[in-house]
Amino acid sequence: MNLAATLQERFFRWALRGKAPEASPVILTQRRVYVLPTRQGLAYAVSLLVMLVGAINFNLSLGYALVFLLAGLGLTAILHAFRNLVQLRIAPGRCEPVFAGESANFGIVLTNRRNETRPAVRLHLPGQESIEVEIPAQSSMEARLALPALQRGWLALPRITIETNYPLGLIRAWSYAAPEQRCLVYPAPAEVAPPVPAMPGEDGGAARVVAGMEDFAGLRRHQPADPPRHVAWKAAARQNAGPLLTKLFTGAAAHTLWFDWNMLPAGQDVETRLAVLTRWICDARGAGLAWGLSLPGSELAPAGDDEHFHACLKLLALYGQE
Amino acid sequence: MAKSKITVPPLVAKQSLWLFGSALLVLAPLVPHLPQWLSALTAVTLLWRGILLWRQAPLPARWLLAFTGIAGAAGIALHFHNLFGRDPGVALLVLLFSLKLLEMRTPRDAFAVVLLGYFLSLTQFFYAQNILNAALTMAGVTSTTAALVVLNHWRQAPLRAVRLAGLMLLQAIPFMLLLFVLFPRVQGPLWGLPIDAYSGLTGLSDSMTPGSLSQLSQSEAIAFRVKFVGKFENKAPPQATLYWRGPVLSQFDGRSWRIGRVFASGRLPYQASGEAVDYVVTLEPHFKPWLFALEFPVSIPAEGLMANDYEILAKTPVRARLRYEMRSYPAIVPGVEESPAVLREALQLPPRSNPRARALAARWREELGADDSAIARSMLDLYRRQLFVYTLSPPLLGEHSVDEFLFDTRRGFCEHFSAGFVFMMRAAGIPARVVTGYQGGEVNPVDGMLVVRQSDAHAWAEVWLRGRGWIRVDPTAAIAPSRIELNLARALPAGEVRPLIALPAFVWLAQMRYRWDALANVWNQWVIGYNPQRQRDLLASLGMRSPDWRQMTVVLTLVCGVLLLGFTAWALYQRQRPVPALAAWNRLSRILARHGLARKPWEGPFDYARRIAATLPGDKAALAGEVARIAEIYARLRYGETDAVLAGQLLQEMKVRVSRIGRLDAPVPAVGSRV
Repeated sequence: MNLAATLQERFFRWALRGKAPEASPVILTQRRVYVLPTRQGLAYAVSLLVMLVGAINFNLSLGYALVFLLAGLGLTAILHAFRNLVQLRIAPGRCEPVFAGESANFGIVLTNRRNETRPAVRLHLPGQESIEVEIPAQSSMEARLALPALQRGWLALPRITIETNYPLGLIRAWSYAAPEQRCLVYPAPAEVAPPVPAMPGEDGGAARVVAGMEDFAGLRRHQPADPPRHVAWKAAARQNAGPLLTKLFTGAAAHTLWFDWNMLPAGQDVETRLAVLTRWICDARGAGLAWGLSLPGSELAPAGDDEHFHACLKLLALYGQE
Repeated sequence: MAKSKITVPPLVAKQSLWLFGSALLVLAPLVPHLPQWLSALTAVTLLWRGILLWRQAPLPARWLLAFTGIAGAAGIALHFHNLFGRDPGVALLVLLFSLKLLEMRTPRDAFAVVLLGYFLSLTQFFYAQNILNAALTMAGVTSTTAALVVLNHWRQAPLRAVRLAGLMLLQAIPFMLLLFVLFPRVQGPLWGLPIDAYSGLTGLSDSMTPGSLSQLSQSEAIAFRVKFVGKFENKAPPQATLYWRGPVLSQFDGRSWRIGRVFASGRLPYQASGEAVDYVVTLEPHFKPWLFALEFPVSIPAEGLMANDYEILAKTPVRARLRYEMRSYPAIVPGVEESPAVLREALQLPPRSNPRARALAARWREELGADDSAIARSMLDLYRRQLFVYTLSPPLLGEHSVDEFLFDTRRGFCEHFSAGFVFMMRAAGIPARVVTGYQGGEVNPVDGMLVVRQSDAHAWAEVWLRGRGWIRVDPTAAIAPSRIELNLARALPAGEVRPLIALPAFVWLAQMRYRWDALANVWNQWVIGYNPQRQRDLLASLGMRSPDWRQMTVVLTLVCGVLLLGFTAWALYQRQRPVPALAAWNRLSRILARHGLARKPWEGPFDYARRIAATLPGDKAALAGEVARIAEIYARLRYGETDAVLAGQLLQEMKVRVSRIGRLDAPVPAVGSRV
C-alpha cells in the first residue's frame, strides 16, 4: 500500500469514528458531517470578490450591502446543507442474495426524524453511480445501492458516502457511514454444464411426495423463481390487488435428483464444480423437480421448495469459506 | 477520495423558466440606462427565449449566437467609442447575459447565468442607490436565488423555492448588517475610474454662460442638506440671508464667466463678527472641488482649504457624499485690504465688446464722479425701472450678449442679471465679480432639515468698495425680490413653465415629498453615506477605543462566529420526539421484539401485520388480528386521515390497543425455532 492509500484509509477510519462496520443505526452526528464549498461555491466566492472590488472602487454603498448579503447567503448555504444531513439515521435494510456477476442491491433505510423533508440527498458506494433520494418528514425510506457482486460468498457493504449540495449547490455536505450489512452472493451458474443427471430416486422411496408437476395440490404466494406457467393467473384476475399465487402440483412420479460433488469429473477445480452444481439446482428448480445436494462434509436432503433452493445455494456460496 | 461518477442531467424546462423570470427582474431596472437599440436587442432575445420555452423548442445554433454576440459587441463599441468604460461594461454584461440565456444547455451554463444575474444586480447601483433601487434589487436577488434552488432540486415547488430563498436571505441579513457595519471600509477608488463614471450628474460648474443656470434650475436633484444646530436648531435663518457660496467667477471672455486664479490657504482671511450660525452640511457628490458654505465661514472642514476669494475648495473632488460641520457669520464683510492682483483681475474686461454698455458706464462715471456705490445703485435702478423680466426661458443672445440683454431683450435669469451688473461695474472701473452658489433652500417639516436643490442654484455679484470691502449685491433681488425671500416657484411670473412639484395645486404631493425626503435623508446618511469616517465615528461611539481595521476584523470574526454558532444550534435543534402515531407504532414493535417479532426497518405496516399473521401459531390468531387492526389505524393516521377529530380518536384507540398487547402476560412463543 502506498502512502496516499494509507493516508486515505486512515482518514476514512477517522471519519467513521472507528472501524467499519458500525453498529446500527448509524446517526450522522454533527461531528461527522463535513462541509466544503463545491466548485460552484468557489466560483461564487470569486464572483463576490470581484463585486466587492467594484463596490469599493465606485464607492457603492449598496454594492457593499449586496455583496455582504450574498456572502451571508453563502454562509447560510453552509448551514442548510449541513442541516440537510445532520442527524440522519442510517440502518441496513433488505438485501436479497444474488448470483455472482449480478449486482447486489443493498437496501439502506434512511430515517428522518425531523419535521421537514430532506430533499436531494445522494448516496453512493465507492466507484459507483450515486442515487438521489428525498426523505420525507418524520419517516423512513429505503434506498437501494447497487454494487457488482463479483465473487461468491459474503459481500460486505462498503463505506457509503452520503452527500448533499442542497439547497444552493454552493456547499457540499457529506458524511461516511458503514452500517453492518452483507449480501450473500451465490456462485454464478455455469453457462456450459453437463445435463442434469437423471438419477432415479432411492428404491422404495416412492412414498415421498415432492413438488411435482402433475396433480394440482394447492396455492401458495408467488416467488420470483417460480416458473411463469405455474402462476395462478385466473386467481390473479379474480382479485384485484392481492399477491400473485403459484399453483403447486404433486407428482409421485417426479424424480428425486441427487447432485453430488463426486459426480463431477475428478480433475475439475472447486469453482467450476460449484458453478455446475448451481446450474443444476437452478435447472431443477425451474423444472419444478426435487433434488438433494451432497457436498464434501455436508448434505441436504431432497426437497423442491424455495427454502431448500436457497439453502442449497447458500451452502454452495459459502463452500470452503466458513 | 472516491468520487461518484459525474452524470450531468440536462436542464429541465422548469429550471429554464425560473432563470428566464429572474432575468426579466434583473434586467428591468437597467433598461433606462442602456442604449435604446441594446434594450430592443435584449427584449428580442428574451422574447425569442420565451417563445422557445413556451413551445419547448430546441435552442438556436451556436454560430447564430456567436454572430449576434459579435455584432452586439461591435455595436456597443461604436455607440460608446470605447469598450472598457463603465457604461459599455454594463452594456456588454447585459448582452452576454441575454445571449447566455439562449445558450443554456447544462446546469453549468445555468449557474453562469445565476452569477451574471447577481452581477447585473450590482451594476444598477452605478446609476442610483435609492430605496427603490434597493427594493428592486432585493426582488431580483430573491428570484435569482430561488432559481438557484430550483436548479439544484428541480422538483421543488415554486412557492417553496421562493420561501426557501426568502428564508435564506433573511438569515443572511444579520451577516450582511454585521459586515456592513464592521467590514473595514476603504475609501475608493482603488485605481483610476473610467472617464464616464460620473456622467449624467448636474451641478454648478467652473464656468457660466447665459442659460447654464436656468437649465440647472429645472433639476429637482438635491445639492446638499443642512442641519442647523445651536441657536438656529429649529428655525433656519431667514431665506434672504441664505447665500451658499460656491465658485467665484472673475474672468470674462465676452461670452462666458470662468473662475480666476485662486490661492488656497489654511488661514482665515477675515475676522469673525456678528452672530454665528452653526450647521452641518451633507453634500451630495458632485465631482467638483467646491464645498458649499453659508457666507462667510469661519471654520474650514478637514477636507477643504479656504481660497483667497472666500470659497472653500475640497482637497479632492467630492466623489462621495460628504458631511462637514460649519460655522458662519453672515455679517462679515471681507476683503477690506484686498491685494492689487485680485482687484486687477476683478476689473478685467475683453476689449471691444458690448460698446453700448461701456458707453453707459462711462456716462455714469462722468455724472457721479468717484462715488462707486452710487454707480452700483444706478445699475440696480436701471434693472428696476426698465421693466426687466425674470424668466426661466430667456431668448438667445448674440455676440454682444450684455448689450443685447440690457438694451434689447431685457428678459433674463439670475446669470444674466449678475453678469450684466458685473460687466457694468467693471466698465465703470469698479472691481466686481460673479459669485455662483445656491440661494435659500426648503425646510423639510418632517425632520427639520434644510434641503437645497439644484433648482436653488443662483448667481449674484460682489463689488469691492474702497474702505468697505467686498459687498454682496444681488441684482435678481431688484427684479424679483420674491426669488430671494421666498423661492423660485413664487418668483416666476404666472404662465411660466415651472417644475411640476412647484405647482401650488400639488400641496399633498409636496407633503409626501417631504416625508420621502426625510426618509431618503436617513438612508443617505446611514446607508449610502456610510464611509470610513462614519464607520470610525460610529464604532467609537459604540465604545471601541481605536477602531482600526485589525480591531474591526477581530470583532467581526467574533460576532460572526457567535452568529454562526447560534444558527448551527438552530440547525441541530429538532424535535427528537416522533409524531404520536409513529411513537405508538414503534412501541408495538418494541413489545413484539421481546418475542423475536420486531419490525424490520424496511417493512411497511401491512407487510409487518402480514408477516406476524403468517408467523404466529394458530392459537394466537387473536393477537395477529389485533396487530392487523393497529397497522391499519397507523397507516390511516400517517398516510390517509385528514379529519383532525377522527384522527384524535383513532390515535387514542391505537394507543389503547398497543398498551393492551403490552400487558399481555402470555408470551408469544419464540419464533425462529421452526427452521
